[in-house]
Amino acid sequence: MAELHVELVAADRQVWSGRASRVVARTVSGDIGIMPGHQPLLAVLQSGPVTVRTTGETGEGTVVAAVHGGFISYTDGKLSLLAEIAELADEIDVDRAERALEQARAEADASAERRADVRLRAATAGR
Amino acid sequence: MGAQLRVYKRRIKSVTATKKITRAMEMIAASRIVKAQRRVAASKPYADELTVAVSAVAQGSDVKHSLTTEADRPRRAAVLLITSDRGLAGAYNSNAIKAGEHLTSELVARGLEVDTYVVGRKGVSYYTFRERAVAQSWTGFTDNPTYADAKAVAAPLIEAIERDAGEGGVDEIHIAFTEFESMMTQTPRERRLLPLTLDKSAEESAETFAKGRDVQPLYDFEPSAEQVLDALLPRYVESRIYNALLQAAASKHAATRRAMKSATDNAEDMIKSLGRLANAARQSEITQEISEIVGGASALADATAGSER
Repeated sequence: MAELHVELVAADRQVWSGRASRVVARTVSGDIGIMPGHQPLLAVLQSGPVTVRTTGETGEGTVVAAVHGGFISYTDGKLSLLAEIAELADEIDVDRAERALEQARAEADASAERRADVRLRAATAGR
Repeated sequence: MGAQLRVYKRRIKSVTATKKITRAMEMIAASRIVKAQRRVAASKPYADELTVAVSAVAQGSDVKHSLTTEADRPRRAAVLLITSDRGLAGAYNSNAIKAGEHLTSELVARGLEVDTYVVGRKGVSYYTFRERAVAQSWTGFTDNPTYADAKAVAAPLIEAIERDAGEGGVDEIHIAFTEFESMMTQTPRERRLLPLTLDKSAEESAETFAKGRDVQPLYDFEPSAEQVLDALLPRYVESRIYNALLQAAASKHAATRRAMKSATDNAEDMIKSLGRLANAARQSEITQEISEIVGGASALADATAGSER
């Protein structure tokens, strides 16, 4: 079966790379699912969770990451997710994210609230 | 102990203490280079992917964007100069500043007004001492820059280029920083960040066309090419600045290591030659004492010989 080669890179490090059969991400105009053989694409991502269905030597599984301020680009079976900040679901500290969410709500900081919310959702989806 | 000898001993002691300090600084810098190099390497995948994406949009669509098209008659330019907060790095800062000055004078020669943005305390004090205007400056993070720092530096630059030159905006952004080539070589560089130069000559493009590789696929832009470019270019600038900051930090540590290594070597040489001088002083003191004793004894002998007669 055809595969996607996925690279998830944040500004200061490579977060994850591997093979996948499908990637679902949220662009500014809505959710997009990419499977092997998709047309070359370059899209702006919204802050949100990205779901990668993995295949290959790591076996079938799902990797979820919270991505803020990024892009998705796909050509020739190679898919790159670029983000200023990207965290894998199992790296996210749920307690801290909850605290950040509460604090953001208290301060009515919409962007911080959204970031914390995305992290929480990614963390729960990844479990 | 003679006065001369005591002076030499004291100087040897003080040079030894200095040597210990410079050796420690050399070790610290050496360990930091490795860390800084690792961070440069870690930021590379993002920068590479971003460059690919930017050139994909710029070549794959005929969008005219203020950040990619050159102004017909550029009037104002911004220069970002990256120096360090601390000295003791040999010629590192003066070379970086020289590169910045060179860049500025070239722009002025082209008839542009230049806004200077400075990172690092050394650069800031250079400008304040000469009472020259700096549009904005940042200090405090040059040893260990984070992406958030790069974003903070990039924000006013991006804001300036989006504004019209007539209203205090700029048409071009240039950057002067020190590139980390290897442990031994760090070169000051002058680069133009914006408008984007897709540095490919006509011959090169013809070559890639003939070989049929490196040809950009036809992308589908979501939501539209303009909006993708709008979102992409600020990130591109941030990432370039981040990379420049990281390279400058690595270069600074390398320069410090080299400066401190030669300081340690010099201290060693000095201790050696001071040791020689101290030995000579001690020896001459002994010789003098002996000759005094011998002289005294013979004078005494002469005196007694005279009185016996």
